[in-house]
Amino acid sequence: MKIGNILLSAFRALQRNKMRSFLTMLGIIIGVAAVIAMLAIGQGAEFSVKQQISALGTNVLIIFPGSQATGGIRFGAGSQTTLTEDDAAAIARECPAVAYVSPGSRAGGQVIAGNLNWGTIIEGTGADYLIMRQWNIEYGEYFTELDVKGASKVCILGRTVADNLFPDATPVGQTVRIRNVPFKVIGVLSKKGQNAMGMDQDDVIMAPYTTVLRRLAHFPYLRQILVSAVSPTTIPAAQNQVTELLRMRHKIAPYDTDDFTIRNQADLVETATETTKILTILLASIASVSLLVGGIGIMNIMLVSVTERTREIGIRMSVGARGRDILAQFLIEAMVLSLLGGLIGIGLGVTVSHLISSLAKWPSIITMFSIILSFGFSIVVGIFFGFYPARKAAMLNPIDALRYE
Amino acid sequence: MAEAIVPRPIESGCRIIGISHLSKTYLLGEVEVHALRGLTLDVACGEFVAIMGASGSGKSTFMNILGCLDIPTKGSYYLEDIEVGRLSRDELARIRNRRIGFVFQGFNLLSRTSAIENVELPLLYSALPGKDRHQRAMEALQKVGLGDRVHHYPNQLSGGQQQRVAIARALVNNPAIVLADEPTGNLDSRTSIEIMDIFQQLNEQGITIILVTHELDIAQFARRHITFRDGKIRADRINPNARNATEVLAEMPLGEDDEEDEA
Repeated sequence: MKIGNILLSAFRALQRNKMRSFLTMLGIIIGVAAVIAMLAIGQGAEFSVKQQISALGTNVLIIFPGSQATGGIRFGAGSQTTLTEDDAAAIARECPAVAYVSPGSRAGGQVIAGNLNWGTIIEGTGADYLIMRQWNIEYGEYFTELDVKGASKVCILGRTVADNLFPDATPVGQTVRIRNVPFKVIGVLSKKGQNAMGMDQDDVIMAPYTTVLRRLAHFPYLRQILVSAVSPTTIPAAQNQVTELLRMRHKIAPYDTDDFTIRNQADLVETATETTKILTILLASIASVSLLVGGIGIMNIMLVSVTERTREIGIRMSVGARGRDILAQFLIEAMVLSLLGGLIGIGLGVTVSHLISSLAKWPSIITMFSIILSFGFSIVVGIFFGFYPARKAAMLNPIDALRYE
Repeated sequence: MAEAIVPRPIESGCRIIGISHLSKTYLLGEVEVHALRGLTLDVACGEFVAIMGASGSGKSTFMNILGCLDIPTKGSYYLEDIEVGRLSRDELARIRNRRIGFVFQGFNLLSRTSAIENVELPLLYSALPGKDRHQRAMEALQKVGLGDRVHHYPNQLSGGQQQRVAIARALVNNPAIVLADEPTGNLDSRTSIEIMDIFQQLNEQGITIILVTHELDIAQFARRHITFRDGKIRADRINPNARNATEVLAEMPLGEDDEEDEA
């Protein structure tokens, strides 16, 4: 029997029991839709996490001073005062895998402009900080190496700070007082939004790290040093070079531990994407269970159908259908069910993921892979669960089938 | 008493069925049932045979074997010089498809499937192109006088019409032999004779017909009578006075509830 004829008769047979066929398909529809929606949501989460982290600049290494320990009490990363301006200068000078270096210091404080004030963080950075963070200036300009060397009292406002201190006027050219030190505003940063932790990255003021150290923090040690590698592939080299240099400069004996910590953004990205990937796989596996249950539904209905149509099978055999013709007929019926269910499920899955992402403001990404995966899975389910009933039909003895009441 | 078994000479020289020492034993639980006990019989091409016998005499089993739905336990069955007992399931299906047409007492049409599609069914399994299939099914339906009902469903047809669809289905692959198992069992007497009329016409065209019936009236239209009893042939004789169904019909008054009126 030709495939076209089998398909036609399969459609006919399914049409005869529209409600039943639909309910059987529903299992597959829900299964496929669930797999697609879950994959879309998982991959959307993965994407947004990756994007947020890479917004920090993926080539960037952050060097923190090490943990200070006094009488067995360890104060945690950054508590030690080991990183100096000279360390930063040495890194810039002696590590070939390093492109930019931005020493960092920080101070908190109340900022006053005219009759308005705002409490925020003053981030002391190097001149290349914005390049490393892939951040832009909206108005004005960033400070230069000259400003850093001279510890100029200039600053750049984050978007949030600018909006709060200068709701009506242009901030550039104005003066703000930070802890009673007057700073000239030379630029406003473009909006960056929240970071991965939900903190407002625009609630910040940037100033030369030298100015922050001497005028605000009154403290000679650096809080951190930001280092960017020449390219993503040289990150490990940069990390090794920095480690070696700092160990030498800090005179650390070969078997002693570092008095600093280097954090790698790429590692962070990897860990985070790994986590969301696991989440995606988990969601998809739970969803695929429903696809499996849908498959069992198909098997169940096909078994009922074979029993119901035993006489039809007998008639077909008596006019010359071979076992394999009957097998093909029932197998294709099961496959048509699962295929149609799969197609409808894809439509539903795409709709549901769009709905979720627009309602929950959560990105969803539907990849060709997830569509092919779930569709392929539904076909496999159709074949797998359709085979047993079809085989049962094909093995019937024609005489018994004809006599079946 | 029992009439003597007369071995039939093969006149035309063409033997379509050759059976020797054929037995069929079933296992019903642990009991062996001897449905057929050593039959020997030949049927020539173009014969019209009626097989008679009480229920349980083995005639249904015999028909199943003739129709290649079942294979003998012992003995041999040659259909057109092919020994059926040696064939695989698939080869048996092929013979059923190409060489045998079945007509059943209960019509055995696919419900919710139109007359023409029912007739096309055997052709679906013989790799014929769709266009030819339709044409051959059409011709077969016209042959049984149902050219105007091709798209009717079985539940829209009378019993006689359903049986004619079944006959058309049996004919559509140009079989060598038509096997009819109580084809008139569910029909009134006039319709029965109309069906016999069709069989006689087919027989005149050279198709061998083997008919199982327990009605003597129906057997009267066949030219050879074989009587079964307890799995054996009890009588095998020529019916010299076979009646002509066309003539019988002409003499019959038209019934009130005749199927032709309902159209």
